[in-house]
Amino acid sequence: MTRRSSFAAGARDTLPMVIGAAPFGVIFGTLVAAGPLAAWQGQLMSLSVYAGSSQFIALGLVAGHAGLAVIWLTTLIVNLRHALYAATLLPHVAHLPARWRWALGFFLTDETFAVMAGYYARHPRAPLGHWYFLGSCLSMYANWQVWTLVGLLFGAAFPQLQSLGLDFAMVATFIAIVVPQLASLPNFAAAVAAGTVAYLGQDVPYKLGLMAAVLAGVTVGMALQRWRSGGLEAGRREEEAA
Amino acid sequence: MTGTVLTNTVMILGMAAITVFVKAALFVLGDRVVFPPLLKQALGFVPVTVLTAIIVPMILAPNGEGLELTWRNPQLVGALAAVLVCVVTGKQLLTIAVALGVFLAWQLGVLA
Repeated sequence: MTRRSSFAAGARDTLPMVIGAAPFGVIFGTLVAAGPLAAWQGQLMSLSVYAGSSQFIALGLVAGHAGLAVIWLTTLIVNLRHALYAATLLPHVAHLPARWRWALGFFLTDETFAVMAGYYARHPRAPLGHWYFLGSCLSMYANWQVWTLVGLLFGAAFPQLQSLGLDFAMVATFIAIVVPQLASLPNFAAAVAAGTVAYLGQDVPYKLGLMAAVLAGVTVGMALQRWRSGGLEAGRREEEAA
Repeated sequence: MTGTVLTNTVMILGMAAITVFVKAALFVLGDRVVFPPLLKQALGFVPVTVLTAIIVPMILAPNGEGLELTWRNPQLVGALAAVLVCVVTGKQLLTIAVALGVFLAWQLGVLA
């Protein structure tokens, strides 16, 4: 594996997400073009904020004349899940030079987190993993910029984009990443709990339903893991006593 | 620049600063962050929970209009195909390809 091939592999493995995100980039651009923001501000938002959900929510808040404080607080809450992603991936990037850690942090998204979680599960100690990470990041970033621009310029020409359901590419990829991890009972129970709470809480604003789902899943998973290891220890003690 | 354009630009740059902070702060701190063992154990469950939590509503209620537990829901049919292929073969790329194929066939063929 060279740097280049690792980078290319990261970009390649992110391809389904790139396809899935494309229509949302166009929709975002289209909404900007139809709203109070200038076109260049829409592109600036994609370039500098680079977090889809919060960009959409901000458009809604601007149209509703929300104040700066409300918009910023909402941004913080909606994007809080990225801190969880960073915490999870931290052991794999902590050794890198600071400029790498800034860059990989800036480019972090749901999609790249999914790809990297799958990658590090398969290759826990890959020395060039950060090049793979960067490949995933830059393909998502370039894609988001291009489709934002397309939406800004030609958005009105694609009225039916959302009904295409291209975001299913993301669903398929996430399934391919998650299913192999469900062989362990604590992981399986954690996923069931998280999925249930996420479904029930899907209308809770600011992605708080998602955060509640993660909290519920992690709690269930840890409880099962402790109960099992507690059971094992008790078994060992009995053996020793006998 | 008029007042609104300026305000909106400030809003965007503020959003960017907040988002970069949330995403990059832990990475930038790097080795200076030490998680207690309990938290490390908890973070081990993040991928499987967050990825499941993101997709379950997209599969079960793809139009945001309540539960669609029916064969007429292409997201549900495609997702079931993905789970099946993944469990049987364990092959990631094949899983994605078959799932997308089933989804599109359903969307454009069966339901059309």
